[in-house]
Order: sequence, then C-alpha cells, then structure tokens
Amino acid sequence: MSDTMSRPMRFGSNSGQPLTRRDGLAKVTGTATFAADNHPRNLLYAVCLPATIARGRVAHLDVAAAEAHPGVSHVMTPQNRPPLQGDPSEKPTMFSFRIEVLQDDTVRYAGQPIAMVLGETIEAATEGARLLNPRYETMTPRIALDQNEPEALEPGALGRPADVEHGDMQTARNSAAQGIDVTYETAPQYHNAMETHAVVAQWDGDRLILDMPSQALVLSCAGYAHFFGIPAGNVTLRSPFLGGGFGSKAIPTGPQVLAILAARMTGRPVKLMLTRQQMFGPVGHRGATRQRLRLGTDDAAALSFIDHEGVSETSSFDDFLEPAANASQGLYAAQALRSTHRGVRLDVGTPSPMRAPGEASGSAALECAMDEMAEATGLDPLEFRLRNYAETEPGTGKPYSSKALRECYAEGARRFGWSRRPLAPRQMQDADGMLVGWGMGTALFPCPMFAADARATLRADGTALFETSAADMGQGAWTALAQIAADSLGLPIEKIEFRSGNSTLPDGGIAGGSGHTATAGSALDASGRDVIRQLGSMAAADPASPLHGADNATFQARDGRIEVEGDPARGEDLAAILHRAGLEQLEGQGSAFRKPEDAENRAMNAHGAVFAEVKIDPDLCQMRVTRLVGAFAAGRIINPRLAESQLMGGMIWGVSFALHEKAQHDPRTGRIMNADFAGYHIPVNADIRDLEVITIHEDDPYVNALGIKGVGEIGITGTVGAIANAIRHATGRRIRHFPIRIEDLL
Amino acid sequence: MKMFDFIRPASIDEAIAAWRPGAAWLGGGTNLVDLMKTGAAQPDRLIDLGRLPGLDRIETGAEGATRIGARVGNADLARDADFARRFPMVAEALLSGASGQLRNAATVAGNLMQRTRCPYFQNPETACNKRRPGTGCDARGGVGDNYAVLGWSDDCIATHPSDFCVPLAALDAVVEVIGPNGAREIAFADFHHLPGTTPDRETALEPGELILALRLPAAAAEFAGHARYLKLRDRTSFAFATVSAAAALKIEGGIITGARLALGAVAAKPWRAAEAEALLTGHAPDAALFDRAAEAALSDAVPAHDNAWKIPIARRVAARALALAARGTPARMPALPASVFAAEEPAHV
Ligand SMILES: Cc1cc2nc3c(=O)[nH]c(=O)nc-3n(C[C@H](O)[C@H](O)[C@H](O)COP(=O)(O)OP(=O)(O)OC[C@H]3O[C@@H](n4cnc5c(N)ncnc54)[C@H](O)[C@@H]3O)c2cc1C
Ligand code: SF4
Repeated sequence: MSDTMSRPMRFGSNSGQPLTRRDGLAKVTGTATFAADNHPRNLLYAVCLPATIARGRVAHLDVAAAEAHPGVSHVMTPQNRPPLQGDPSEKPTMFSFRIEVLQDDTVRYAGQPIAMVLGETIEAATEGARLLNPRYETMTPRIALDQNEPEALEPGALGRPADVEHGDMQTARNSAAQGIDVTYETAPQYHNAMETHAVVAQWDGDRLILDMPSQALVLSCAGYAHFFGIPAGNVTLRSPFLGGGFGSKAIPTGPQVLAILAARMTGRPVKLMLTRQQMFGPVGHRGATRQRLRLGTDDAAALSFIDHEGVSETSSFDDFLEPAANASQGLYAAQALRSTHRGVRLDVGTPSPMRAPGEASGSAALECAMDEMAEATGLDPLEFRLRNYAETEPGTGKPYSSKALRECYAEGARRFGWSRRPLAPRQMQDADGMLVGWGMGTALFPCPMFAADARATLRADGTALFETSAADMGQGAWTALAQIAADSLGLPIEKIEFRSGNSTLPDGGIAGGSGHTATAGSALDASGRDVIRQLGSMAAADPASPLHGADNATFQARDGRIEVEGDPARGEDLAAILHRAGLEQLEGQGSAFRKPEDAENRAMNAHGAVFAEVKIDPDLCQMRVTRLVGAFAAGRIINPRLAESQLMGGMIWGVSFALHEKAQHDPRTGRIMNADFAGYHIPVNADIRDLEVITIHEDDPYVNALGIKGVGEIGITGTVGAIANAIRHATGRRIRHFPIRIEDLL
Repeated sequence: MKMFDFIRPASIDEAIAAWRPGAAWLGGGTNLVDLMKTGAAQPDRLIDLGRLPGLDRIETGAEGATRIGARVGNADLARDADFARRFPMVAEALLSGASGQLRNAATVAGNLMQRTRCPYFQNPETACNKRRPGTGCDARGGVGDNYAVLGWSDDCIATHPSDFCVPLAALDAVVEVIGPNGAREIAFADFHHLPGTTPDRETALEPGELILALRLPAAAAEFAGHARYLKLRDRTSFAFATVSAAAALKIEGGIITGARLALGAVAAKPWRAAEAEALLTGHAPDAALFDRAAEAALSDAVPAHDNAWKIPIARRVAARALALAARGTPARMPALPASVFAAEEPAHV
C-alpha cells in the first residue's frame, strides 16, 4: 500500500521536517561528553593486554617488571583476578555472549584480554602492559572456514531456526528448466565505530555508575549487574552520546567487565578505552561466510526454487552465526525455499551482530546469484526480479504490512537511467576509456520492534518533559524522537525538553535491528497521548471547558490545544485545562506497541532497490563506484535529513563490504595483521561520488501506530550485490568473493 | 609507550651532540610515533628537529638546483607553485600520498626515512630481520599486500612505501646530511639499501647522521613538460601504492631525447629502471615502445610472496605512466593526483 499524497495531519507539524541534529552544536563545539570525556577525581587508567596468538595458553607474564614500572598500581591476571559473582560463560540477557575476563590462562583468539594493567596515567598503564611481555604455549590456530568441519549450531541471539524449508524442494528442483549452483564468500569484518569501546566505572558501596557508550542502556545494566551480584537497579549507566555502535555496543564485553571489576578492587574510579587495534577481537565482528546458492527457474523465468546454504565462522566457545541464508526467505517468490545455517568453530573472537547482521552478507550473495540466474534466462536483471516479485511473503503466504518495492524499482531505475543499460557485459566505455558497468540489487530489512517505555510530563507553563533511555549513536535519536514526542502533545519542538541516554529513565529499549525510532518513538508517542487522554477526560467532564460533553475519542492535540476532530474551532489550550484543574503538571506513561495479531499475521519489512555504476580501468583494474542510486520504502520518515543520512551511510558501507573490508589473519598465529585504519580499509570521501537516496512514501497501518519501519541497516543490503553485478557488467568477470580487489580482475 | 627523553635542540650542533645510540630524530612524527605506539620503535631519546633554524626553506640556487630543507612539510612543498611547476611529478607524488592532515604534519626528511609498511615489521612479537636482526622473516608465509618483486632477499621481502621518493629517484636527487664526522652528500640511488643479509641497514645514513636537505639538480627541471606520477591503489585516495611509477621524458622534434623511469612499492627502495630509460632514448614515443620499456623495467622481477600478479600490473603501470608523460604534464594538478581516475574528476581541493 503506497501513495504519494501528503500524509494526514494527525502527527502535527514536527514529524516529516528535515530538522538538523539538536545535538549538532554540542558535537561540533566539543561540549558533547562522550564516555571517556569523564574524568572523576582519583581516576585510575586501565589498559588491556591482548593476546597476540589465537590458540594456546599464556605460559608466562612478567608481572614483576610491569609492577616495578613507575605509575603502575595493579596488574590483574588470571592468578589474582578477584571473583565475579556471575559466571562469565553464562548469558545474563538475550543480547549477551560468553566473555573472556581472565577466567584462566587459555587463549581462544587473538585480541583476547590476557591481563589488565592499572596505572596513575594512561602512559604508565600502557607501558606496564607492554612490559608483561607474554610467553605462550601455542597451538596451530584454525582461522579459515576450511580449517574445521561445519556443524549444526543453535543460531545464537537472532532467533530463527537454523534450517527453514518451505514448499517441496525436490519437486521444484525436478520441474526447473534451468538452474545455477554458485558459491560466494565474504570476509571477516570488524565493527570499528569512530569511538572505540570505553567505560568510566565508579562504585559507591554496592551501587555502580557507568559512563559507557551503550546501544541498550537498561538491558546492559542487567548484564553488568549479573556479573557483580547486585540488583540491576543499582547500576546507573549514562550514555548520552555514542560515537557509533553498529551493534557492537549493545552487549557487555570482557574488557569493560574487567575495568568495572578493577574499580571495585581498587575502590577508585577506573577508565578504560580500547585502542583501535584492540577493537579487533573482544567486541564482536561480522564472521566470514561461505554461501552456496542454487536457483532454478521454469521456462517463463519464474523461480522454481532458491536453496541457500550458509556456512559461517563462529568462535570455539560460543554460538553466534551470521544468519546469512535468511536473506532468501522473505524476498523473491519461488515455489520452494530452503535456507540452512552451519557454523565452523574457529579460533576467533565470537562474531556478533554487525550492522545488517545476516542480511548484509546474505543479500550480497543472493543478489549476485539473482543476476547470474537472470543472465542464464537472458533477461534484464530488473525484469527478472520483477517477474519474481513476491506479492505475499514467500513460503508463509502472509500479506505484507506494506511493500512499495515496485515503486522503489521504478523510481530508482528512472533516476539511474537503467533502461539504457545494454544487456551484455563489457559494452560501455567512457570518454577516458574506462570500462563502465551498471548493476542493481534489491534491498530488504525486517522491521522488528522491541519493548520500551516512556514518560511524558506536561507542565503548567505549556512546556513538556519527555523521558526515555534512548541511545543516539549519531543517527539522530535526540532529534527524531523529540519530533515524535512533540507531535504527541501537538506542541512545537521548542516546547519539549527531552531527557535520554540515562538508564534511570524509563527503558527506551535497544538501538538495534533498525527498530529504535519505531520502538522508542512509539513509547514516547503513547506517553504523550496518555497525557492528552487524561486532559481530554478532564475537559470533557468540566462544564467550564469548550470541550465539555464532547467525545474524548474525537480529540486531537494540535498547536498546544486539544481540538475536536473536524471541528477545530472547538478546543482548549492544554495549559488552560491543567490550570483549571489546579495541577502543576500531568504525567503520562506509554509503551512501545505492535498489535499482536498484526505481528502474527503480516510480514513486515522495509524494501529498496539500489543501482550502481562502476568504472574500471581496463588494464590497471582499479575500480571506482561512480554512481549509486538507492530508492527505499521504509514506512513513515520522521526526519528526511536524518533518514537519508542513515541510508547513505548504509550504502557507503555497501561499498566498503564490496571493495574494501577484510581482516587478514596470520595463518600461523591467527593474529589479525591489519588491525588499524592504514591496513583495514574502509571507503574514504574520494571513493564516494554521486550518491542519491530516494525515499518512497509508504503508509503502513500495521507496523505500529506511527507507521514507522526503520532505515538504519537496509542501505547495506542490495548495495553490495549491485556493485559486484556492475563489476560483472563492466568487465565480463564474475567475482564470487568479497571484497573484490584489483588483483581479482587481472 | 616506553619512557624516553625529549630534547629540542636549538642548533644543528646541539642536535648532533645530543645524539647517542638509541636516540631517534623526530620530524612530523607521523610514522615514528605510530611505531612507538605499537612498540616496533623504542627510542629512549627523541630529538625533535622542530626548532632547528633554516630547515624549512625551499631555495633555488644560482646554478638552478633546488634545495629543500629537511623540515619542509610535504604539503608545503607540493603547494609551492614554483616547485610544482619545475618538478610536477614530485608534487603529484606528494599529493597522492597519505591524507591532507598527514601531509601537513609530515616532513620531507621523514618521508625519505619512513619505515616499511610490512605488517610484521610494524607489530612486535613477530620475527623480523629488519626490526631484530637474525630473528627471521614472518612475512614469508604470512599475509600482507605490499611485498617486493624486485631486489628482495631471503632475509627480507619488504618494500619502501614512499611515493615522494619515486620521482626523487628518477630525477637524481641528492641528500645532504651532517653528522659527528661532518657534512656529506649522498646520491639518491645510493641512499636506500636493498636488504641483502642486512635488512636493518635501510639507508646510507651513519649512526648520528641527520638529513639537512634534499637537492634536485637543475637538469631535473628539463623534464617538466612531460612528467607524471601514476599510483595504483586499493581505494581512490589515502592508500599506499599497490604499484606506482614516475615517468619523465624530454621530447624534442618528436624524438625522446631523455627518459627517466622509477617504480614504487616493488622493492625496498624506489626502483630506478635504467635499462628502460636507455631503451626509450632516441625513439619516437609510442605504445609499443612503452610496453618494451616496461618489459625491460620488470625483466628481473620475481614474486617474493603470493604476489606474482604484481609483475604484470607493474609493467602496465610503467607503460601507462610513460604514455601519460608523453601526452604532456597537465596544466593543472589533477584533483585526484596520480590517480587512474585523474581525468574524470572535476578540479577541486
Ligand atoms: C595512515 C598513513 C597513510 C600514509 N600514506 C602514505 C602514502 O600513501 N604515501 C606515502 O608516501 N606515505 C604515506 N604515509 C607515510 C608518511 O608519508 C610518513 O609518515 C611521513 O612522510 C613521515 O614524515 P614525518 O616527518 O612525520 O616523519 P617522522 O615520523 O617524524 O620520522 C620518520 C623517520 O624519519 C626519521 N627522520 C625524521 N627526520 C629526519 C632527519 N631530518 N634526518 C634523519 N632522519 C629523520 C625519524 O627518526 C624516523 O625514523 C602514510 C602515513 C600514514 C600514517
Ligand atoms: S619482510 Fe622484512 S620487514 Fe617484513 S618481516 Fe620480513 S624482515 Fe621484517
């Protein structure tokens, strides 16, 4: 369901506006305090020592040398590490992994903390860690997918069963007129937010105060409380700003637990901030995958089946799997669909959700395979996708809550100029002799909602306070959520005070799964509407009010008033109702909500279509993505400026996935040898030229009351495949691994 | 980071007197400080050259040679209009290196002296003959994208990463140094060493010697009309070279009367291709000639790692650089200096 009409007025005038970030000034002037900007008095600095081998044990640490270094106050090793109350191999919350907190001297992956040094200065602690000069007993590490057998594992935190099959695969296979059988590989990638993981931990008796970037404030408190044997309510976590998260800041990590433990052990505040190199190991990553895709079509180029087998790396001690093959479940209509997931236990840190977990890697392979299948049928890639357009969710047959993907294809293709694309590869060259190729991919990301609460307080002066513990990783939660909040009371945003980023506030849920605006936004909206409902009842019952006797259900909040819908002249100022009732303020509560029957009966996704142009030097094979057009239908867009930034950021990540990111492990030690930004490449400004984002209007009455889907991750999906497909179109070469490099095209 | 003395001498004499084994000169710090953080460099004395007088000048002497003080910033040199006009491929190479911020901080002497990007060299706890002689070479059998195809030895397969040094090698630059035993000059060709059995001996500098300046001879400016630097890399900007080439020609009456060619990222030193130069001289510029020259430049190449692909690509980069040089130095510095995409970008910066 989609239209291009202007939307109804029920959301007032804040949502839909391209407001700039309300925290922008604080950020650019340096007054926004990030976790590590906190310097409580009497602070100790903690520095982790990461293992430089991936498998074996620590045979010796020169603790005496470290302790003798001036300014070093403590050295924490498995020998003297104070006990934790919670077992580190337990998972206290649904977003937890087994952590390494100096349980023993075993080394399970390179980058694992094997000691922590505390010092009066960061320099002293750093040198102390170096002086520990570890000796290891080493074993041959397993770091590549072919170094262990794939096993069936429980697919970790992400929910779905490992294997899913719909339809009759055997019949579909037999009936197919033609098919392809291709295998794609994706490289291990490491989350590297601008702000590395940090914590400033302070104990006050058995109360704990954490300044720590977190994508899940209240949930994290429960996680940390578990390890320290205190009630979750004893933990206060402050996370007003994050310098990025990408999924890696939603879960308790070993280094952070150790720093908190150090603070308890010493009775002093402790600060830890990981170095860039230390980000490669203990804080999650996107595991490498190998994906076999078998697709078949009938004579009319309709898909008979998609069989997607995913093998991905996991650690030797936990179970997270990259749920890549799920990408094939919700997108194209096929008689039979099968996706399976197997894990290969390697001596690497546990992988974890990284921006578009599963979908990014899965879509990369699926969209390439779709192009290979299109080529086999002789059809244009877009035409092939349209022929296999799913009107209802493939497999389940559920109707979509909304799906303007057709419009995304049409508008994206029009803006890109797709109709001028020659079918055969290696047909286009620019004036400088560069090979030019055009490719496309479909984007899809589910739109989950999580639990969240919020509180709204209308004040006598006509202003309002909204509170929820949301997380702004830079995406603009401070702004978009305030827009929603203001609309719920029909107030201009200037009249709203928005408190967030602190775990003592109502639980704002998780900033993940692209569901934060929908989730925290719904809670805020509900809390504001709760205030209006209470005020409405008061006014309706009050003979002195113009609203006396009117039906509360017809009331709407607008311009600082409650009005009767369809009769706007009949209404009254919010402040006046409050005043007459003799109230200083009025509080409302709200929770995120999706109707259970809608959640059960409808398939809910954001969709999009990405078109890419690459230019490639025919002899030297250097590549550049010269044009990207992405058209996305993602429900209601609260703030077009911020949403477009998210979608652009996702598409740029797609460039990174397709052409750049890859952790390189030394085969003998298992250590990642390019663990810095000089060696681990991500795109720079010059890699991104023309980048256009189009949002397609979508009214979705089912996802939530606000009609919000999500935009945080979908931009990566579709883009990776589009670029690989464009490289194929430019050169005639089909590369079946990522990243694609110069040497692959020689 | 290990504790160290920090000394800021006010004169060259003081600087030389301050030197002792274990000391290191500090230029912009963009390479040295990174290595101190990883622990690959552990000087116990840093001698900051920032206050030394007279090292920040670019001067052209009476005989037309250009002298560049050791502390001239990489960005300042590239942006010096007169310098860029006379030595366009040097400016282009400089601007293709690192990022704007790094070029502002980096000094020309530091650029010459920058260490290899071999990941094993950069990270201690690995065997590396260059960092700790006699320990072995973990790069062999390891990972990494930037190993040599020319001039390497069993003891070390690393490459020199500098862009700037490639045209300097082509143009016969001279390095002016001073040390406890006085001042001397080192021809650029002799400045960087091939590894042999002593990969730790990277340059001709003796302990305690300090670079004062670089000199480009007047004759080097004669190539200004046909001089290009071309750098292949894994992303459009801010990446070390996969392979690069500096090519300069003198073309008179349709005939090449002088040719210079050097390759970057293929060896432990910028690789001057003398046979290729000889082959080019006296002929009319054309694609077949450039291919033959490129062939000659790489004739001794042998992969040191799983990088055999680098040899054909280096040939093509050399041939392309020659073709670009033959076409003539562009009137304006391309917005993407030394890039294969230089032609396509609207001018900015
Ligand atoms: C992320 C990154 C990307 C980069 N990309 C590129 C690139 O693409 N191309 C490229 O060419 N370079 C690149 N560089 C390297 C950069 O050019 C060098 O770091 C820089 O030129 C070093 O200069 P500096 O003045 O900062 O040297 P420093 O770091 O101060 O010193 C480097 C070395 O030179 C010695 N030294 C300094 N001055 C003198 C002197 N006067 N006499 C004798 N010895 C001296 C020091 O003791 C030290 O050993 C990159 C660097 C980084 C960090
Ligand atoms: S290639 Fe050279 S620098 Fe690299 S590890 Fe071997 S010896 Fe060291």
